[in-house]
Amino acid sequence: MLTLGIDCGSTTTKGVLLDGDSIVETAILPTSARPRERMAELYGRLYRPEVECTVTTGYGRALLPQADRQVTEITCHARGAAALSPGIGCVVDIGGQDCKAILLDRGGFVVDFAMNDKCAAGTGRFIEMMCRILDCSLDEVDEFVRDRRPVEITSMCTVFAESEIISLLAEGHERGDIALGVVRSICRRTAYFAQRLSPAGEVFFSGGLARFEAFRSALEEFIGLPVRTSELSQFAGALGAARIGQKKRPAASAG
Amino acid sequence: MKLINTLPEVFEEFNEQRKNSFITALEMKEKGIPFVGVFCTYLPQEIPLAMGASVVGLCSMSGETIPDAEKDLPRNLCPLVKSSYGFAKTDKCPYFYFSDLIVGETTCDGKKKMYEMLSEFKPVYVMELPNSQSPDALELWKKEVVKFKEKLESHFGVTITDEQVRRAARVKNAERAALREFYELMKLKPAPMLGQDLYKVLYGATFKFDKEAIPGEIHALVERIKAEYEAGGEDSPRVKLAGRPRILVTGSPIGGVTEKVIRALEDNGAQVVVFENCSGAKAVDEDVDAEAPDIYEALARRYLNIGCSCMSPNPNRIKLMGRLIDDYQVDAVVDVILQACHTYNVETYKIRRFVTEEKGIPYLSLETDYSTSDIGQLNTRMAAFVEML
Ligand code: SF4
Ligand code: SF4
Repeated sequence: MLTLGIDCGSTTTKGVLLDGDSIVETAILPTSARPRERMAELYGRLYRPEVECTVTTGYGRALLPQADRQVTEITCHARGAAALSPGIGCVVDIGGQDCKAILLDRGGFVVDFAMNDKCAAGTGRFIEMMCRILDCSLDEVDEFVRDRRPVEITSMCTVFAESEIISLLAEGHERGDIALGVVRSICRRTAYFAQRLSPAGEVFFSGGLARFEAFRSALEEFIGLPVRTSELSQFAGALGAARIGQKKRPAASAG
Repeated sequence: MKLINTLPEVFEEFNEQRKNSFITALEMKEKGIPFVGVFCTYLPQEIPLAMGASVVGLCSMSGETIPDAEKDLPRNLCPLVKSSYGFAKTDKCPYFYFSDLIVGETTCDGKKKMYEMLSEFKPVYVMELPNSQSPDALELWKKEVVKFKEKLESHFGVTITDEQVRRAARVKNAERAALREFYELMKLKPAPMLGQDLYKVLYGATFKFDKEAIPGEIHALVERIKAEYEAGGEDSPRVKLAGRPRILVTGSPIGGVTEKVIRALEDNGAQVVVFENCSGAKAVDEDVDAEAPDIYEALARRYLNIGCSCMSPNPNRIKLMGRLIDDYQVDAVVDVILQACHTYNVETYKIRRFVTEEKGIPYLSLETDYSTSDIGQLNTRMAAFVEML
């Protein structure tokens, strides 16, 4: 059975075409300011006539008229993560504009979750800001912070952190040291936030930042539990959506 | 009985009651009927009612006057306090304008300090509400209730007799009984109406000034809802609302903009079956013993019993919530906290533990304010919560 999952996040839009347990194709596009167009574009790329169910998720989930169901990113991330890393007890997702922690039961179902959507400090936006000021490309962040000595960033708010970074630069700190400080500050906040749910077992780290070892290891250190990622971490939401599409439940309770 | 209105129209009418009563209030004022403006469920409404005054709730539910309020008040304050102050200051709320006396209680810090400022340009009387429910506290509160009566007597130049107070207690008991009869309809599974509609009636009823007419009106509405429910058919709530997870809403007072939370829950497939907060059961669950030897003690007892988070400790909230969870077959609890409402916010810890551990059902707390900027996130959060049930 062929199903399609599309996750339209604030930064990127991701799609997974799924056939049973195997992924047929994935695609990713920057969302920019046009979530509707991007979803349509991605749908055009991945859709086949044999697709039996299309499920959308993410903040733009309502924008694809062809979708059979819309499910929130909480449920989709949980389902996708449980498929990528069976047996995990918790999912931490650092998204472009929010951050979430999801607690799973043994069957991979959501039992509790927390979302931080009020403040940009623990989100991808913080990193974008850092990269801009420190003039480093996000893709190179791992090399950029390797073997560095972190400078402590104390500001709780993106706006203040921005001025803090600028003054640290003025004081002559190395860019890489500051960058590592920022990475650790984000991971520390995220870990404290996730700990409110008292997670146990292994943690799955999903979202775009999960592909960087610097983030994974810092998160692991602060959360005090093994943190797993997968090459497909970024696609966890879309994969979860595609898996949900396999269970042809009536759309009654869908968001 | 007129049957020209459909049920949704009746609900809408209740929803508009606050506005519709402006004219009634004006007419009453012109006839010389005094108005007492109140802020809190702890206020024994029986006392002003006993002297024939009208009682009106001044808790403001819209963000409209917050910018005006923030000229005097800190930004990081509960929106209910800011908005109420803002309406008083700008005289944009007719009920503030009509109020001959505004009565507050020493509940939370934000309100207490706001009353001090309010008294600079409005006639304000503050009752000293103890923050615990001990025998000493009851003693103090009883004195405060008597003092409040004396204040009304001197302020309005009237005498209030015990018999008048007893009579008012009977009227209020009848009103409370009617409202209970109404919200207890929600014990039905599936529920006979959405929580949004339930709320409209509960809120609207507080703006009906003819308290003696309320029971008849509510009773007619109850009969009507029952009849439509029994009738069945495709459009019946029995069919349309079947299978929805049943939610208990608790926390800070809601209303106006914060109804966005109820809407987000119900738009995403859930069903609010009961409100534990001040817009619901907290305010009407208990009656006053109108025949007690000392009517003031009976009033003091009844009102001090209210389980608000400004009490420390606050066992009655848990007690009431536990009973409601069982009686209404509740599947999950949503705790709505107004931004910067410290007492309810701190209490989420205990409530979460009670709901998840003792009652074994899911719990979600969320902080919101009087803006509409969080509606997107709210929707996602509520949808995710409903998907989890
Ligand atoms: S929540 Fe507490 S302080 Fe606020 S109106 Fe209700 S009883 Fe009064
Ligand atoms: S909601 Fe909380 S902070 Fe606001 S007035 Fe009521 S008790 Fe005070």
